[in-house]
Amino acid sequence: MNETRRTFLKYAGLSLAGLAALPAANAAAAYIPHTVHEKPNPDALKAKRWGMVIDTRRLNTEADFKPLIDACHKTHNVPTIEGPQEVKWLWTDDMHAVFPEQHGEFQHKEIEHKNFLLLCNHCYNPPCVRVCPTKATFKLKSGITMMDMHRCIGCRYCMAACPYGARSFNFKDPMPLIPEEDLNPAYPARTRGVVEKCTFCNDRLEKGMLPACVEASNGALLFGDLSDPSSPVRKALKENYSIVRKPNLGTQPSVYYII
Amino acid sequence: MLETALKGNSRYWGWIALLLIIMGVGGATWVWQLQEGLTITGLSRDVSWGFYVAQLTYMVGVAAAAVMLVLPYYFHHYKEFKNMIILAEFQAVGAIIICMGSIVVDLGQPQRMLNVILHPTPNSVLFWDMVVLNGYLFLNLLIGWVTLMHQRNNMLPPKWVKPLVYLSIVWAVSIHTVTAFLYQGLPGRHLWFTAILAPRFLASAFCAGPAILLLVAMVVEKVSNFRVGEEAKKAMAKIIVYAMCINIFLFLCEVFTAFYSGVPGHKHPIEFLFGAWNANYVSVMMWIATLLAAFSLICLIPPKLRENQKLLPWALIALVIATYIDKGIGLLVGGFTPNPFEGFSFYAPTMPEIMITAAVYAAGAFVVTILYKVALAVKAETA
Repeated sequence: MNETRRTFLKYAGLSLAGLAALPAANAAAAYIPHTVHEKPNPDALKAKRWGMVIDTRRLNTEADFKPLIDACHKTHNVPTIEGPQEVKWLWTDDMHAVFPEQHGEFQHKEIEHKNFLLLCNHCYNPPCVRVCPTKATFKLKSGITMMDMHRCIGCRYCMAACPYGARSFNFKDPMPLIPEEDLNPAYPARTRGVVEKCTFCNDRLEKGMLPACVEASNGALLFGDLSDPSSPVRKALKENYSIVRKPNLGTQPSVYYII
Repeated sequence: MLETALKGNSRYWGWIALLLIIMGVGGATWVWQLQEGLTITGLSRDVSWGFYVAQLTYMVGVAAAAVMLVLPYYFHHYKEFKNMIILAEFQAVGAIIICMGSIVVDLGQPQRMLNVILHPTPNSVLFWDMVVLNGYLFLNLLIGWVTLMHQRNNMLPPKWVKPLVYLSIVWAVSIHTVTAFLYQGLPGRHLWFTAILAPRFLASAFCAGPAILLLVAMVVEKVSNFRVGEEAKKAMAKIIVYAMCINIFLFLCEVFTAFYSGVPGHKHPIEFLFGAWNANYVSVMMWIATLLAAFSLICLIPPKLRENQKLLPWALIALVIATYIDKGIGLLVGGFTPNPFEGFSFYAPTMPEIMITAAVYAAGAFVVTILYKVALAVKAETA
């Protein structure tokens, strides 16, 4: 009797040790970057650090912005929701909102009241990635901050952490809100309760295409490798005065604004 | 031992029934939220955390009540707290359950909750908050239960409990610090972006937690033959008023930094909270909190008033409401206002939000009631 009990305890102990090893192995596996699982496409556009330059001189009126925003939102099935629970990847706001620490009392009136394009900055030091408890938001090797909408638990910590207000939460199911004729079947569907944001069109880059907004911008938006001095973005930055949003926070945005 | 919770008078069963009804109604509302999404809350793109997370912030402090009694009792052998220790430990259990419940109802995809464990992420403070909250829950439940079990058999608690008690003291500090770090490490959130936030969390926790505990103990005194002891009451009131003074001092340090420097990012949230722009219900509540805080200090600082047992409950209630408004509502809403665009976004909890929160609180109160019932039964048996 005692012998069997001892044997039982021995096996039970061993099984428990095995159960403990499983989460440890999972923890190790979780640290393998997501990029490892990707199968590279030979036609994909490549960069060490993707960046965008927005020529604000060429984007002034509602008519200049609308095609860009529509192109983005249609490509990614971004639903149109009125009110404070909206979802948006690409939008506009005024000088005070976009560059709150960079406006002066006696600034040029035109710039003061002008609208600027807003999107995820794909920071070099993304605070959203730092805080995410499940690695649902993560940085690709190419510098793009991505969002795994099937991993996200909807804690919205990343929204609190993003100093640029670039993230949206699906307060309700977005799919019924998208008209069937506008639906892009190539972009994955998502449910309510997850966070999403601009991905620099990583899905298009993979296919060798430029981001949808860049394509629709007639050259007002430039896209390229910030780490390559000969790239169009670096050339534009060399020749023009540009600013980034909230540089004092040290997040190092990859979106530059030519003023 | 748990079977003692099954015997009680009609008042006990009435209370249990009330809690179950609140849990049922709030639970049904939560099911509705699961179907509709968080769209039924007052949350928005700009104010992405609200009433639910505010409860975590506040109740994590209430769990602290334990440490303010456990520490003098075990470190300084202050025996007057003998009767209160078990209540403090079990209140911590209830408070942590409310904290964790508040996080769960706040999630957009609660069924994926285990992702936090399946994909552990040490660079996320939320991961560590989960670790410390669960750890503290486990520690208090274990220490309290084992001590009580041995007491019932007229035995001293086993030796291995003592190191766990010491661990729980350090651990209590960690739950506040880590929860404060949830906020204080975020760039661009002006109100939270201050190194004094964790100390403020500790100070407000160490006054609010024991204040609630003392109030609850007074209620328990009314409905049972449990007695706190006069000396213990006096000592607790002293702890509460010291912590409250430090809490107010730290807040005034924030006010000085903001307004003497004149830096807009520091000034704006405080100006908003006190109604300098876009006055709304938050500023009204903040002024009420200020008055109540002043009232509680006036009642608690002079020893003569502090020892007045008629006045004490009112001073404690004022203190609890004041700290709740400051840490529960002010800290959360002020943290999101101004928003990342230096603008104002209105937030107020909706009815479903309040009902779900009530259910979370009822669940915590339910657990505390059962544990207290057991503890009091054992105390009565062995007295």
